[in-house]
Amino acid sequence: MEINLTAIYILWLREMKRFLRSWSRIVGTLIMPLFFLIFLGFGFKGAFIPGVGHTKDYILFLVPGIIGMTLISTSIISGLSVLWDREFGFLKEIMVAPVSRISIAIGRIFGGMTTSLIQAILIFLIALGMGFKIPSFFSFFLALLVMALISAGFIGLGLIFASILKDIQGFGIIMQLIIMPLVFLSGALFPLSNLPRFLRYVSYLDPLTYGVESLRRVLVGHCFLPSWLNFFATFLFPIITVFLGAFFFEKSEL
Amino acid sequence: MSAIQVEKLKKEFNGLIAVNEITFEVKEGELFGLLGPNGAGKTTTLNMLATLIKPTSGQAFVAGFDILKERDKVRKSIGMVFQEPALDNYLTGRENLEFHGMMYGLSRKEAKERVREALKIVELEEFADKLVQTYSGGMKRRLEIARALVHQPKILFLDEPTLGLDAQTRRKIWEYIKKLNKEKGVTIILTTHYMEEADFLADRVAIIDYGKIVALDTPENLKNILGGDVISIEVDNHQNAKKAFEKLPWVKKINQENGIFYLQVEKGEEKIPLLIRIDQEEAGFQIKSINLRKPTLEDVFLHFTGRTIREREASQTERFRERAKIHMR
Repeated sequence: MEINLTAIYILWLREMKRFLRSWSRIVGTLIMPLFFLIFLGFGFKGAFIPGVGHTKDYILFLVPGIIGMTLISTSIISGLSVLWDREFGFLKEIMVAPVSRISIAIGRIFGGMTTSLIQAILIFLIALGMGFKIPSFFSFFLALLVMALISAGFIGLGLIFASILKDIQGFGIIMQLIIMPLVFLSGALFPLSNLPRFLRYVSYLDPLTYGVESLRRVLVGHCFLPSWLNFFATFLFPIITVFLGAFFFEKSEL
Repeated sequence: MSAIQVEKLKKEFNGLIAVNEITFEVKEGELFGLLGPNGAGKTTTLNMLATLIKPTSGQAFVAGFDILKERDKVRKSIGMVFQEPALDNYLTGRENLEFHGMMYGLSRKEAKERVREALKIVELEEFADKLVQTYSGGMKRRLEIARALVHQPKILFLDEPTLGLDAQTRRKIWEYIKKLNKEKGVTIILTTHYMEEADFLADRVAIIDYGKIVALDTPENLKNILGGDVISIEVDNHQNAKKAFEKLPWVKKINQENGIFYLQVEKGEEKIPLLIRIDQEEAGFQIKSINLRKPTLEDVFLHFTGRTIREREASQTERFRERAKIHMR
């Protein structure tokens, strides 16, 4: 099973072209995080929110969370887009090509990561316009790294869902039952310390919790859980899902 | 060397036998047709040969490569056009083809060149830079045929190449297929449930039903199995006419139904003048009408399976849907 660089590049390029040609889709996925950012960001401006702690200003607390929210939705959708290829037949064309499935999976993941990061950076720029400040350029660079890991993790998860679902009927369910709960449980929008103990424990099972925490650590300089745990989990999550996602993709028949 | 060699190939889906130990061979440069109703196992056979699904048992060689052990080599040697469109609608026609070329190991420059040639063959140059979502069904099919040619495969797989197309477009596609086979020497294996298509295009036809090949020969020979053409002739005096017909040495068989005689003959078009030349005054009957019917592959199918393809499809649709559903899970 060899890695075919051309195939990876071609599939990445395809994602880019499709991305640039589907503005409605981009607006559609960015609108939710944008609403949350603008209305919560302005709405709670200067409000005292218990548990926000060292981040003081709510916008400093909120922006890493909104970036996490953007990443999880764009990435899962990107992983699930295999379903669309199956529905519209294009998957067969890819499957019959003389390239390894793993190259195809990698190409998709890179493509998805790129589009997902572009969208997250768009949100980030809007946040800068709303008064969000970062300590240094280096922290932005670190944040990009963390963002890439979060994105890869959820694309992998999307690939796993895609192989379980088989058709696009279940797509809405994933969006409603997976993405939103994971966002709320991750402490993206409010401090987890305000949740009842039971829900707090559940939130520790949410991979996005550690992603958002890691982003807070590098962008704002503060997080609530131990830094090493956040980084470790953020690093481990994509390794597991990408491996499993690629494995399921490899095994799938038409 | 044969282009495709299939030995006792079998595929089961959850206990349902889709393809039942079929054996056949496609010669190099041949245009080979798999004819049968929906659900007969044609597409499954093609998918196995294209290495998209694994056979339950048996073996096959495509371009000399084992479909189980040398998947990538098989894939490189074949071009495939699927039953349903397999294009990216958000890319232009040209992009779809160039991406394909590069996936098959061509350099960007080579790909561009070959794509230009392929687009020319199917006469789509004009629309090459439009998004595929603006294409009509016929254009999509042509684009897919062009795509399958970009990497210059030795063998082309066409799964129901004219399904759902109007008569005019179908003719056009037939022309392309013939041209590819005759001028470029590409070996072609195609599946179809259109009798005329198999008859018009294929050098040899395998009739497949319930996963089994029931007959395999040239369309000519298959039709000759039925004993040639049928002349139906209506007369006023049956008894006298019968006596006269029985005297004709070239009539192989006489059937009479609802007052019409059905004469089985060879080369019917040459026999009609002879029939008219019978001295009707002397024989004591008059011909009211004559009709010549050449057997079609439909008759051949009927002969071998006891039903027409249409009847078979009606009864099989349900079964097929069930199978497709199970297959998708």
